Amino acid sequence: MIKLNEELRLVDDFENVERIPTRDGYGKGLVELGAERNDVFVLTGDLADSTRTAWFKEKFPERFIDMGVAEQNMINVAVGLALSGKVPFVATYGVFVPGRAWDQIRISVCYNKANVKFAGAHTGISVGPDGATHQALEDVASVRALPNLTILSPTDFWESKKATIAAAKMKGPVYIRFGREKVPVITTEETPFEIGKAVVYREGKDVTLIATGQMVYQAIIAANNLMERGIDAGIINVHTIKPLDRETIVEAARRTGAVVTAEEHQVYGGLGGAIAELLSKENPVPMRFVAVNDRFGESGVADELLEAFGLTHKEIEAAAEELVKLKK
Amino acid sequence: MTTEEVKKLEILAYEIRKDVIVALKNAKSGHTGGSLGLADIFTALYFKVLHHKPEDPDWAGRDRFLLSNGHVCPVWYAALARAGYFDVEEFRTTLRKLGTRFQGHPSRLDTPGVESSSGSLGQGLSIGVGMAYAARFDNAPYRVYVGMSDAEFQEGSVWEALMAGGNWKLDNLTAYIDRNKIQIDGSTEGDVMPLEPLKEKLRAFKWNVIEADGHDIKEIVTAFREAGAHRGGPTMIIFNTVIGKGVSFMEGKAEWHGKPPNEEEAEKALKELDEHIEEMKEGGD
Ligand SMILES: [Mg+2]
Repeated sequence: MIKLNEELRLVDDFENVERIPTRDGYGKGLVELGAERNDVFVLTGDLADSTRTAWFKEKFPERFIDMGVAEQNMINVAVGLALSGKVPFVATYGVFVPGRAWDQIRISVCYNKANVKFAGAHTGISVGPDGATHQALEDVASVRALPNLTILSPTDFWESKKATIAAAKMKGPVYIRFGREKVPVITTEETPFEIGKAVVYREGKDVTLIATGQMVYQAIIAANNLMERGIDAGIINVHTIKPLDRETIVEAARRTGAVVTAEEHQVYGGLGGAIAELLSKENPVPMRFVAVNDRFGESGVADELLEAFGLTHKEIEAAAEELVKLKK
Repeated sequence: MTTEEVKKLEILAYEIRKDVIVALKNAKSGHTGGSLGLADIFTALYFKVLHHKPEDPDWAGRDRFLLSNGHVCPVWYAALARAGYFDVEEFRTTLRKLGTRFQGHPSRLDTPGVESSSGSLGQGLSIGVGMAYAARFDNAPYRVYVGMSDAEFQEGSVWEALMAGGNWKLDNLTAYIDRNKIQIDGSTEGDVMPLEPLKEKLRAFKWNVIEADGHDIKEIVTAFREAGAHRGGPTMIIFNTVIGKGVSFMEGKAEWHGKPPNEEEAEKALKELDEHIEEMKEGGD
């Protein structure tokens, strides 16, 4: 297996990883926050169990609000709480928040700079059998254009927990993106996490793989396979999609001269788009985008869907090889 | 309230109307009709009803006032200015102009006294519900007030907020409806999408409902006091108002929803308002 930056205290064995849903990290993070401070409130829209906010409800029922199936009201009740000094966390499926409450998020959350933290659970194609209506693939694109918003897309359980706690500590609106399925745990409790700081797992010489969410694991596997074929690929985990860590990304593009992005999101308007916007100005390099190719999802089991929609290490490897050939 | 005090506020409401006319004339765009129609209610709020400290807009104990139909903000700015939040001349000359603190729709981060930005209809009541929830949680002594238009009751999110506020029995929350029965495309009842029977709908959502004349200072203040005294649920005050109130050629006309007076119209309007102020000053009661 390729060597990754040891200072990051990542797991040792990438072939035998534990698998936990990122939403569990959110749930655990909220419980920890609830115990630490009494200004944290949690709101959900009839989805306490599947957003893991039920864990908070159990411990701190007086600071838990079930809003019913009314997402627009939920966001603005959270705004009212935030403007009254509370730190509200809102959780439902990504298709509903930001999906259904975009106008509320635009004006009352972002224009107001209200201290609201909203989470989209069940994002990505890996939501699975529920099909297209419930697979949020446009959530990042839909909020990335909003000023004053921080967007987090953690890769695993520990990172999700840290992202949740860090969101409470910063002032201002935050969107956090989670998935439904169990995904590889690649970081540890000791791995450092800082909002806005992209994490360089490996520097690499020939191409940089920039990934977010569960695609970071696929990027690690891809880099390992590429090394066996003589390609030295760098890996960067971009858990903060906005604001982007411009310095780290531009430097990596300069060093390797080619970039592959990977995300469980539509190809337009997500991580890949953000990186392309940055690099086309600061340091243009050939790029490839591993993402959902402008189509709606469908029913299926998570792993089947990831294969069918081209969201695995194989597509990352193919894209990297194509770019390396292009450079010659 | 003494007759003297009522009269003072009535005159002030007409001064505020004059501020609105001057500011909108200078801005060359903006919403005249709704702003004039709310002058009496805003005067009552900022000079009799609300607990606030203009010299300390962030005072923790202040009553919270949210304006959900942000487009009528000229009357809000004028009331805030007259109450001492900022210089009335700054508002009258810079409204809607580049670099101003007085945006075309309310902006929390720009204007002292503005609790929340608004402009897209149907959002304010939800925020008020959240604020009232927080205030009750904290046992805070202040009340939360939300100003709404009638047409925004066509937004579904308003009914989500009504459902929550009623369910949670938030009796520290008072909202009012500017019931002028006018919206951009005409009459709410005859031309667009009727709200009636409104009282019955609101009561079905577990709200205490009060109806009052939105141009009678005494009735306005009484309605807000009754709302404040009501226990067991939030109160919605339906204020019957006339769009454009105080300027005869604007009264009751939907066309004055979203346009400013030109120089000539402003002059005519100011003359009429001045005459009315003189009459009130001369009249014994
Ligand atoms: Mg109206």
